[in-house]
Amino acid sequence: MSFNNPTRRGLLKTGAAASAALTLPTYLRADGHSGFTNAPQGSTVTLGFNVPQSGPYADEGADELRAYELAVEHLNGGGDGGLMNTFSSKALKGNGILGKKVEYVTGDTQTKSDAARASAKSMIEKDGAVMITGGSSSGVAVAVQALCQEAGVIFMAGLTHSNDTTGKDKRANGFRHFFNSYMSGAALAPVLANAYGTDRKAYHLTADYNWGYTTEEAVRSSTEAMGWETVNAVKTPLTQTDFSAYIAPVLQSGADTLVLNHYGGNMVNSLTNAVQFGLRDKQVNGKDFQIVVPLYSRLMAKGAGANVKGIFGSTNWHWSLTDEGSKAFVKSFGEKYGFPPSQAAHTCYVQALLYADAVERAGSFNPCAVVEALEGFEFDGMGNGKTLYRAEDHQCFKDVLVVKGKENPTSEFDLLEIVEITPVEQVTYAPDHPQFAGGSLGTCNPGA
Amino acid sequence: MFGLNKKDFGLMVIVAILALAAPFILNPFPEGSAMAQFNAGYPDLMQRLVIFGIFAIGFNILFGLTGYLSFGHAAFLGVGSYAAIWMMKLLTLNVIPAIIVSVIIAGLFSLLVGWISLRRSGIYFSILTLAFAQMSYALAYSVLTPITGGETGLQPKYTDPRILDGALEEGQTPRANLFGLDMNQGFELSLGGWVFTFNAGYYLAAVVMLIAFYLSIRIFRSPFGMMLRAVKSNQQRLNYTGLNSKPYTLAAFVISGMYAGLAGGLLVAMDTQVGAERMFWTASGEVVLMTILGGAGTLIGPVLGAGFIKYMENIVSKINKSVLEQWFAFMPDGIEDLLITLVYPFVGKGWHLTLGLLFMLVVIFLPGGLVEGGQRIGRVFRRRDANADSVESDAAEQRKPAAE
Repeated sequence: MSFNNPTRRGLLKTGAAASAALTLPTYLRADGHSGFTNAPQGSTVTLGFNVPQSGPYADEGADELRAYELAVEHLNGGGDGGLMNTFSSKALKGNGILGKKVEYVTGDTQTKSDAARASAKSMIEKDGAVMITGGSSSGVAVAVQALCQEAGVIFMAGLTHSNDTTGKDKRANGFRHFFNSYMSGAALAPVLANAYGTDRKAYHLTADYNWGYTTEEAVRSSTEAMGWETVNAVKTPLTQTDFSAYIAPVLQSGADTLVLNHYGGNMVNSLTNAVQFGLRDKQVNGKDFQIVVPLYSRLMAKGAGANVKGIFGSTNWHWSLTDEGSKAFVKSFGEKYGFPPSQAAHTCYVQALLYADAVERAGSFNPCAVVEALEGFEFDGMGNGKTLYRAEDHQCFKDVLVVKGKENPTSEFDLLEIVEITPVEQVTYAPDHPQFAGGSLGTCNPGA
Repeated sequence: MFGLNKKDFGLMVIVAILALAAPFILNPFPEGSAMAQFNAGYPDLMQRLVIFGIFAIGFNILFGLTGYLSFGHAAFLGVGSYAAIWMMKLLTLNVIPAIIVSVIIAGLFSLLVGWISLRRSGIYFSILTLAFAQMSYALAYSVLTPITGGETGLQPKYTDPRILDGALEEGQTPRANLFGLDMNQGFELSLGGWVFTFNAGYYLAAVVMLIAFYLSIRIFRSPFGMMLRAVKSNQQRLNYTGLNSKPYTLAAFVISGMYAGLAGGLLVAMDTQVGAERMFWTASGEVVLMTILGGAGTLIGPVLGAGFIKYMENIVSKINKSVLEQWFAFMPDGIEDLLITLVYPFVGKGWHLTLGLLFMLVVIFLPGGLVEGGQRIGRVFRRRDANADSVESDAAEQRKPAAE
């Protein structure tokens, strides 16, 4: 038969085949498992660690994975117990979670939302992971968080700093321990006003993507509230490696402060360019020219080398903190791997423990029970002082560190010094703050 | 039947059986066994296998037939995806309008890009398409953030207008469906130790893939396809005979762009999210790899290539150190450590390395791709027919002039 001259027999055959194809979907009814997605069977529970193993944030990803392996070891009763000893909640006993041994699967997000979702989906659909955690970019965090909401598993965000993760893109099944752009701005502004005065003219260079925008907005609004003036804000392409063309106009603009809303390699390059142009030796408006980097990480400081000396920024956690929790974590991480953990490692380790603890306290792996246990949960001893998981947006509220590039580093890890620990009250905002408006948690989804 | 000759019909039937029985074929190992790591029969990967199959089939219509190497096909995939997600946000969560609109929009966009790029051929054409794709990526990532969501991408929300569906209840998760049939609905079939997952979304994608495959066979065997092959073997000569080849190449470009848009629309239908990385040049390069790995100019090659690469990406990349330790646990300590050290760089995050090596091996020893490998194996088993024509032989013939 061909389409040009149908025969009766051919038509019947085609019709039969087509109707068979159309009725096919009616067989596809979910019966699945009862209760919730991937209810752990047998004596083990599987967690999914979805971190960037290739791409621009592979270093952070590798450190995150180390932290997760350490967390699993501690949860299963191995090692020295790490932060479980200092954690204010004592629900974890070192016998896994709810008596089930913790196993894990890993995946590569490649810092691409598609790849991250594919990897998370395979963990959920194939490996039966009941919780997904990790990631080193806000785009990925938002994408995976939405996926976990649909699939009915818990998402514990890794390193994600954009306001949107717990702002307009927040989800009931997603939780963030890391701080955000708004907090960076709120913590930095007073320190900057103290150090540099309240009549500064700021010039922003902003990485041209979502995180850049929210960070610029946050820093801008908090510094302007202190009396600063924003002269200009220029967006730079994310793939830019040479920023000299963007630095040159800064001096002509009459600005006396440069704010680099850049992260990772971007920041390393832009800061190096700015220092090479001699900006820091210049005098403008009778004041020394200054540079500010809102979000710092040790890996970035390492990349920029001597250029970071004396430059202010904010960070979620730093290994040189001296509270019991931080010391315990640095010790067990250092003993296992031989060097201090990064802030990405810290936030991921804490997230894993917080999840396990919430399951223990709830007495169930059911995502809705876990959400209930985490919402409004107050804890201490995790390295950030007293911390609250706010119920309205699933964001952790805790002290924020303002740091400065160290003048005389003693080792390759000792690059940042803590200038001030900004108390949590100062960085707290209303859940419907304009920088976070437009989203809704929805209701928790336990899946099938 | 269906306007196909006997051999093509046979191939079509084989592909149909493979596609419909995929949940069985891809899950050959019982649940819980050590080999279960290699099972690929879970919905997300099965969906990706057929969707990227469609993408590669479309790419092959351009590259395999005309020899024009486009390095920017991911842009059409991305544009199709954005069109589909906007349909889901504005119109309805039913996937049909989303898929149709994604094909149309990608077709229009490829008409524009093709109209400009096809003024040049060879390397200049490739560079032009690459430039367009990178431009689309950069626009989607930053300047067009209000439309594309920038780095964060787009997802349907319950607050979206959706004029045909009516408002969702507060906090409900929007789910793509086909007239009420949820795309991630399905059921599991346990037979002994084996668990097979059947998924509605996968079967929708598989049916679309079969239609796309059928269309591609018809194009390959049509006078139009013949004209495209003429372009590949010697475009100048064709022009000297007084034929204007441009409308043919442009038509091929638009058709393959529409295939890419279809794949993009289906990706959104299966997993309601779009990110700009989908248009990055590596994604364009991937479809070139898929086509060459499977066998450019052959019918089934691109589908095989797509399956191969997606399998590597999703399965091999997930083998980590602790999995290796389990595998080699039965060996003496020293040998175990040695084996782990030797194998580790090639799995997990090293999957690119393995893929690269396999790609080199295929290009060097099987210039016709996996299809040629299959033919060689086939020939060993039926020596008698060594010189007989196989289904793909005319395509393989076509390939040769380009390799000169």
